[in-house]
Amino acid sequence: MSRTWETPGGVHPPENKSQSMTQSIGHLPIPGTLVIPLHQHIGSPSKIDVTIGQTVLKGQTLTTATHSNNLPVHASTSGTVISIDDQPVAHPSGLNAPCVTIASDGRDQWIEHVGITDFRRCGPLDLLQIITDAGIAGMGGAGFPSAIKLSPSKDKAIDTLIINATECEPYITADDAAMREKAQDLIQGIEVVCHILNDPKRVVIGIEDNKPQAIKALRPYIQESSIEIVPFPTKYPSGGEKQLIYILTGREVPSGGLPIDLGMVCLNIGTLIAIKRAVIDGEPLISRITTVTGGACGVNRNYEVLIGTPISHLLTHNEFDEKNCSRLIMGGPMMGFSLTSTDVPVVKTTNCILAPGHSEIPADTPAQACIRCGLCAEACPVSLLPQQLFWYAQAKDQERLEAHNLFDCIECGACSYVCPSNIPLVQHYRSSKGEIRKANIDKIDADNARQRFEFRKLRLEQADEQRQAKREARRLVTEQARATSNTSQPGSSAADIIAAAQQRVITKQASPEQQKAKCERALLAAQSRLQEAEKRLIEATTNGSKQQQTICSASVESARQKVDQTQYRLRELTD
Amino acid sequence: MIDSIAQQPMLAALIALVSLGIVFGALLGFAAEKFKVQGDPIVEQIDNLLPQTQCGQCGFPGCRPYAQSIADGDAINKCPPGGQNTINAIANLLDVPAPALDEEHGEEEEIKTIAYIREDECIGCTKCIQACPVDAILGAAKLMHTVIVSECTGCDLCIEPCPVDCIDMLPVVQGIVQWHWPTPPTTIDLIATSKMSSQEDAA
Repeated sequence: MSRTWETPGGVHPPENKSQSMTQSIGHLPIPGTLVIPLHQHIGSPSKIDVTIGQTVLKGQTLTTATHSNNLPVHASTSGTVISIDDQPVAHPSGLNAPCVTIASDGRDQWIEHVGITDFRRCGPLDLLQIITDAGIAGMGGAGFPSAIKLSPSKDKAIDTLIINATECEPYITADDAAMREKAQDLIQGIEVVCHILNDPKRVVIGIEDNKPQAIKALRPYIQESSIEIVPFPTKYPSGGEKQLIYILTGREVPSGGLPIDLGMVCLNIGTLIAIKRAVIDGEPLISRITTVTGGACGVNRNYEVLIGTPISHLLTHNEFDEKNCSRLIMGGPMMGFSLTSTDVPVVKTTNCILAPGHSEIPADTPAQACIRCGLCAEACPVSLLPQQLFWYAQAKDQERLEAHNLFDCIECGACSYVCPSNIPLVQHYRSSKGEIRKANIDKIDADNARQRFEFRKLRLEQADEQRQAKREARRLVTEQARATSNTSQPGSSAADIIAAAQQRVITKQASPEQQKAKCERALLAAQSRLQEAEKRLIEATTNGSKQQQTICSASVESARQKVDQTQYRLRELTD
Repeated sequence: MIDSIAQQPMLAALIALVSLGIVFGALLGFAAEKFKVQGDPIVEQIDNLLPQTQCGQCGFPGCRPYAQSIADGDAINKCPPGGQNTINAIANLLDVPAPALDEEHGEEEEIKTIAYIREDECIGCTKCIQACPVDAILGAAKLMHTVIVSECTGCDLCIEPCPVDCIDMLPVVQGIVQWHWPTPPTTIDLIATSKMSSQEDAA
């Protein structure tokens, strides 16, 4: 028997697990419509590849992965796609998300699928591809793509495989039921994963000691293998990945780190069964075991539920009494969240639908002032200081929250459970975490905006400089041109222009000799014109009209004036 | 020489102090040159806290000039996009009391808005492109323009120059990915004296 370690803190809420274990895993009739959310895992959304009106078969892919952190989703039964739109989904926000709605045809007809009879002949990468294509995400609650967890990394060898059979939350018995009834599938799943991980040194099934029947059911299958079953005392929350690793190995996953940093991988019971089905049977992840329990349900039982089944379908088959139900919870009473509608579908991470009666989980009593009793610090399994965190959360002091390791909080709810003032501590932490994440995103956006703003400023300055430089260059060119054409006075005012014109006239006028010769030529021309005019006047007086005579006499007169002027000018020049 | 100094304690003390002064002065002078800080670090820190919308609502052409102005002693409550959170952060940094937002410069908006161009109506005048402080509008003359949503800071500066009023400021859609848990209601005061004191505060 292996040694176990004890985690700090923890609480012992009433287990309430026996109600749902009175019967074996049940099956429900296929619902009329199934709503399958397209995004059921952590990672980026995948690309849709069906159209409205298309007939789909059970197990057919509805989306294709476009990125390594994508996972496809599959049709859970055969039928027709009737809509692809935003529908309410199982999310604490109560917001809508893109979903494919399938109207089932009731035939539940499988698409052609083949499994691998001898997986040991396949390489790990081929098996990981099968696991990805089957859309398998961690079914314990987080929905992290399993294939990424199992992918080999160059620098970190995995030597320990931990199977999380803790199921520490009250009411939930899905994994317990799976171990009792599907032990063989589970062991096969473990074998597949061991093959993928190249046979890790240690394979441990960590299980709380409140599941003796499950332990008994598993024993016969592990006798000849190296798989260990390690039971440990029941305490909430032992099922957190990091807590379980500490309990089984005594080693702590570093803050902000992953189990792989210690060379470990931790998988949930449901995930392993899904891996077995994907690899050996060739079936994608289209159903899961979900506990339907609580005082408001007439029947408390585990069901093999198709992904996409509306919660209302589950409840109607369980003699659900709405009047007696204080609230509807998806998940357990400690970490689950309240649903606002019964139309939301079951997804890959839905391990429990809890419909407690009014006496079981009464409505929230108003929170009172913190009395600094310190019970929360005693209960915290991560050894944080919940009351300090609470003060800083109220003061919105993000710096101090981070300094007090808010992000190591696993949101188990033990602190809220023990709080005598009913302060919803976990809510404060969740809200603060969200605000810090948002602030970080805003910071990145702001830096981006600053960079763009500064680049724009730089660009505008450069453009301005270039324009200035061009203007300067143009100015220099014109100045040079002026200098070469001997204009000494650059300027553009009217007086300058006139002066420049006069200057031009002066330059045009050559030496006095030239002017004199020019004047003499003009005199000769004027004299010849006068003779012409006189000749025309004589002709007009002899045989012309009165009007012609006056015109000709006028021209003679002007010609004579011109001759006089020129003669005067010539005289001036000769003087 | 040494003897004569040793016999005159005043002179010895004077020499010792002056020589120490010279040594440390030289050291400080060297350090001041060697570890010189480029620019004003406080302006950098204030600028880091401002939301970088570059909207000019504070009356300065961008966030950095306002940061500079705050460093020179201007009021810290002129930034509506940053809102009370930014004021608190700057007040914390400068160790001054945090005033309420100056309403003169605008009101804090609960939901972030982003510019959208009604593309059918856009005439391609490029006026908004020139107005955008972060180059978040894409387009060319006589061709349709559009806003790069991820880069838009929601500063409103493109609305004014648009000659056909085809730009709308629309709230950013809050999807499941952006959602985070709301803050639970604050605890109630059951103790009579603390109730009274809170009433006094309110009054």
